[in-house]
Amino acid sequence: MKKTFFSGPRYRLAKSRLFFYAVCAFSFVSLIPLFLILGELVQKGYKQFNIDLFTRVAPSSMEAMLARISDDPLPGGILNGLTGTLLILTIAILLAIPSGIATGIYLAEKQDKPLARFVRSLSDLLQGIPSIVIGVIVYIWVVKPMSGYSALAGSVALAIMMLPMVIRSTEESLKMLPLSLKEAGLSLGGSYSRVMMRILLPSAFSGLFTGSLLAVSRVMGETAPLLVTALGASTVNWDLSHPVSAVSLLIWEFYNDPNLAGLIWSSSLLLLLLVLGINLFAKSIAQKWKIQ
Amino acid sequence: MKDRLFKAALLLAACLIILLTAGIVYGLVSQSVDAFTHFGIWHFITSADWDSRNERYGALPFITGTVVTAVLALLFCIPFSFSVSLFNGEYFRNRKPAVFVGSVVDLLAGVPSIVFGLWGFYTLRPVLVGLGVSEQGFGVLLASMVLAVMIIPYASSLSAEFIGMVPNELKEGAYSLGATRLEVIQRVSLPVAGSGIFASYVLAFGRALGETMAVTMLIGNTNHIPRSLSDTGNTMASIIANQFGEAGGLKLSSLMAIGLLLFLITASINFVAKYIMKVVSR
Repeated sequence: MKKTFFSGPRYRLAKSRLFFYAVCAFSFVSLIPLFLILGELVQKGYKQFNIDLFTRVAPSSMEAMLARISDDPLPGGILNGLTGTLLILTIAILLAIPSGIATGIYLAEKQDKPLARFVRSLSDLLQGIPSIVIGVIVYIWVVKPMSGYSALAGSVALAIMMLPMVIRSTEESLKMLPLSLKEAGLSLGGSYSRVMMRILLPSAFSGLFTGSLLAVSRVMGETAPLLVTALGASTVNWDLSHPVSAVSLLIWEFYNDPNLAGLIWSSSLLLLLLVLGINLFAKSIAQKWKIQ
Repeated sequence: MKDRLFKAALLLAACLIILLTAGIVYGLVSQSVDAFTHFGIWHFITSADWDSRNERYGALPFITGTVVTAVLALLFCIPFSFSVSLFNGEYFRNRKPAVFVGSVVDLLAGVPSIVFGLWGFYTLRPVLVGLGVSEQGFGVLLASMVLAVMIIPYASSLSAEFIGMVPNELKEGAYSLGATRLEVIQRVSLPVAGSGIFASYVLAFGRALGETMAVTMLIGNTNHIPRSLSDTGNTMASIIANQFGEAGGLKLSSLMAIGLLLFLITASINFVAKYIMKVVSR
């Protein structure tokens, strides 16, 4: 073969290095959006990020317009959204986590049985369903029969979205435990349920906890399914059978109403901080407990 | 006795998943029957009408809108997510820079859709307007750019894992024959991890298909087939989000039918991805 510059080692090494730099550059660029988003929210939202945000309900369009005309800061906050999110999430957690953990245990125990395989692929299927489709389904099954939008419907929608994540994390963390742990428990005369509840589940707790927290953080900012289930409300409401607001729903309202646009940034900042905060907390727990 | 109860509870929970899925499929099908029988399945899918006044509905504008935005988003995201996956899976595997890049990209996956929508609306849209892409900035291009950012984490984290799983012996063999790093990636890592990487991009594509809020805020919401990249349009998810609240009768059923189609498309895309992964990991 004729030797040219292009087959020589120097050229090949230079090409390799160039590729490495390109990879680094593109990776770096991929990090920028997160910081851009955070920066923009902080910059535009910190002024409205005050105690009112947490203690007062969202203003009506009229109040906001009057304040805008007289150049006052926008009155009100997102209290109704915060309580709504709390209510919806609590019920969603109560619905999704016990059944998700139970299904996860079943899958981890039955591994390759046909039914377990089937359930596992259904759980994957659920995970892939677009959130708006879940919202629409809950509308059919919960909103229509109850003849009205409700906090409960919102919780059901979010619970369906959390379920596959909880199942997966339960199954994965149980599978990581050594088999000897279970055998030791059983050989000491522990019954199956006792070994599971007292030995296996506590040992898998960190994985379970992290998975559930991540699931919560993932559905916390969901808007589309709540739009067709929980609808939104202008007051604080703790009644499960009535429409209720949520932080993400309020952001959507502010976005659609030019008079309220001033509140978009502080509420988005709060939502993003909550979501990312839970996310980071969950991951730090996973790291801490993995080492021990 | 207690054991039997415990096991029954586990089985019950597992059956709940089956019931749930069956309920979802049944609900979607039963609600969309009206639209399908009224327009005919094939006609509903291929008709470009969306006319509330004359009660004529067709899904084609939304199917094209969904597919076009998702394909574009995937194309935009590939250079970035591919770089991130090489950065994390090959160059800096398990070292500090990779941990940093990996966790920042993971956090991107946690940002709510609506916040991405706001970012696209207030930050990217003025840029597009400034570049003269279109008068308002809304449209397919804007929506797919934001979608691309949203799916970077999904595409990159899984493919990084597949790249990281390439056996060291193979790579060392290539190095010992005098291959450069790039040549090892081209000739060893990518061929070995290729199908896994492909599968993770298919999964990311499925994500892009179903994304709702951000797209709804950015695509312009006009019910026609987009004629160019800068044209406005609508996707299957965003038409549902936009018109569901006020819908009834045939319109509601048509929206449900679009929901069913969206469900079928995303489910089959996910199935393909999972199947590839299963074959790869064997």
